Amino acid sequence: MASAHSIPSIEERFEFTSGAKRNLIIGGAVGVALIALGAYLAASGGGHHEVAHGAEHAASAIAHPTPENASKVHVTAEASHHVKGLGARIWANLWVNAVYFTGISVIGMFFISYNYLAQAGWSAVFKRIPEALPAFLPFTGIIMLITFFMGGHDLFHWTDSSLYEVGGPHYDPIIAGKQGFLNTPFFVIRLVLYFVLWYGMWRVIRNYSLQEDEIGGTELYDKSIRLGTAFLVVFGVTSSTSAWDFVMSIDTHWFSTMFGWYTLASWHVAGLAVITLTIVMLRERGYLRAVNSSHLRDLGKFVFAFSIFWTYVWFAQFLLIYYANMPEETIYYIERFRGYEGFFKAPFFITLILNFFLPFLILMTRDAKATHSILKVACWCVIIGHYMDFYTNIMPGTMGSSAGFGPLEWGFFVVFLCAFGYSVASQLEKANLIPRHHPMLEESLHHDIA
Amino acid sequence: MAELTGKYLVGVYDDDDTVLHAVPRLRKAGVKIKEVYSPFPIHGLDDALGHPRTRIGIAAFLFGLTGCCVALTLMIWTMGFDWPMIIGGKDSISIPNYIPITFELTVLFTAFGMVTTFFISNGLSPAAHNHKRFDVRSTDNKFVMAIDMGRNSMSEEEITRALKDSGAEEVNIRQF
Repeated sequence: MASAHSIPSIEERFEFTSGAKRNLIIGGAVGVALIALGAYLAASGGGHHEVAHGAEHAASAIAHPTPENASKVHVTAEASHHVKGLGARIWANLWVNAVYFTGISVIGMFFISYNYLAQAGWSAVFKRIPEALPAFLPFTGIIMLITFFMGGHDLFHWTDSSLYEVGGPHYDPIIAGKQGFLNTPFFVIRLVLYFVLWYGMWRVIRNYSLQEDEIGGTELYDKSIRLGTAFLVVFGVTSSTSAWDFVMSIDTHWFSTMFGWYTLASWHVAGLAVITLTIVMLRERGYLRAVNSSHLRDLGKFVFAFSIFWTYVWFAQFLLIYYANMPEETIYYIERFRGYEGFFKAPFFITLILNFFLPFLILMTRDAKATHSILKVACWCVIIGHYMDFYTNIMPGTMGSSAGFGPLEWGFFVVFLCAFGYSVASQLEKANLIPRHHPMLEESLHHDIA
Repeated sequence: MAELTGKYLVGVYDDDDTVLHAVPRLRKAGVKIKEVYSPFPIHGLDDALGHPRTRIGIAAFLFGLTGCCVALTLMIWTMGFDWPMIIGGKDSISIPNYIPITFELTVLFTAFGMVTTFFISNGLSPAAHNHKRFDVRSTDNKFVMAIDMGRNSMSEEEITRALKDSGAEEVNIRQF
């Protein structure tokens, strides 16, 4: 090239004000207070439905002695004689939130990676926002490690070593058959590997991005494309395997070949909602004026489309199991529809309403996708809805009849949300809010879908 | 589309960029433009012309709703009332089984409905002959601007001059 085309540079520093910090800390304190309240209510036996419910299951299984039920009898009977207490409930809540926020964080990396791979121009102007999300990964990773080591037995049935003693009273041939994959050392290795890979690759691409701010040129852009592509290959595998590890292995007998996709879809739409919500909130505070209504509309489309995609995968998984009607598969949905006195029925259907019907109807029209207030409502629906999604996936298998949904659950969610917000805001503060010298910035500034 | 009648001034342009820039200029000068015809979509032209936004999205939603209702009614009636059958141990009326077909018919009704609406509102159909065209070259390599003289208070000379000034190669008169 004879002369380099000058790329416009927009100076815009995000300031993480002390007021915002205080609000987030107050939010976190409210969360902690809710947790304390919930713990107090649970400890004082707040009239919860902690009946010996497994026994009833076992009884119904005996009443219908199909071969499958026969194998269930000892499992449910075994589950019934330890009603899970407050400790297990706290571990389960930590796990739900850690898994959910891990997903949202890693979706930031996923988003910039596929935008690099596609050499997308439109997203350059707000690239810093997805780029800020994965900084939270070490936090959730450490929480997950601690939770696994300290509460693993409460959460993961497969960590019970008596299941693998051939001829023992608890020997379970199905779980024993999965031992090659589901054993503690390999699980921990995978867990650490996911976080090292995701966070490490993000650190590199983040450094490229910050260097590009200083020196410009296209070399770092090309490097970012290669790294982003490599990440997509890594994430293509690890998104599925982590979904099996973090969520599906809780219901150890059960498996679904759609589960990796399903969890990725859930993480992805939640991550997109967080990105969109962050942009809207920044714009309301006077930042990111370079983000125009076309950007907003495209982000709204993203949230709209991937809400439908999540529903599609959710329903595909459900319909196959419903139609095939194999007891070892349907048990998963029966637990959620009417197991444990129908406790999970409400969260199960609220999930569908928040993640499909509301975003679908709210974001359908063209103008809605570019309106701040409507985008905020839709994004909050999706963010809370997918928390409920992970709740309904994780809680029946971990807590079962001892599960609750009250101040304790909301408290943990609020604490994680505030910590996540703090992490994102601190990252945003570290660099110019609009990338300098990004080769696609000019195109992004003129993004117009009319 | 209402039937074309009356007298029209037709400006013929050679370049999409010229016509895109001519539109705001002419509108500013007080010329009321009926429509611009182009061999391909020109980005930003709709906004420049100030056309109201298409309502085909609303039509699409209603067609989709119709398709959804037709599918559910069809299946609930046939499977639940007309000839109840138990398939795969499910109830005769089992909504989850109906979702894929409901989805398909929603899409089908929406797609066909939108295309039909589009054809009707634009006076296009395989049976429609004797199209009134301002200039057939708008389907080839020219960009054609139509100005309805019945709706303009400016004189023919003034508009012709304005068209020429804005870059029109030729200005013709069409009487329908």
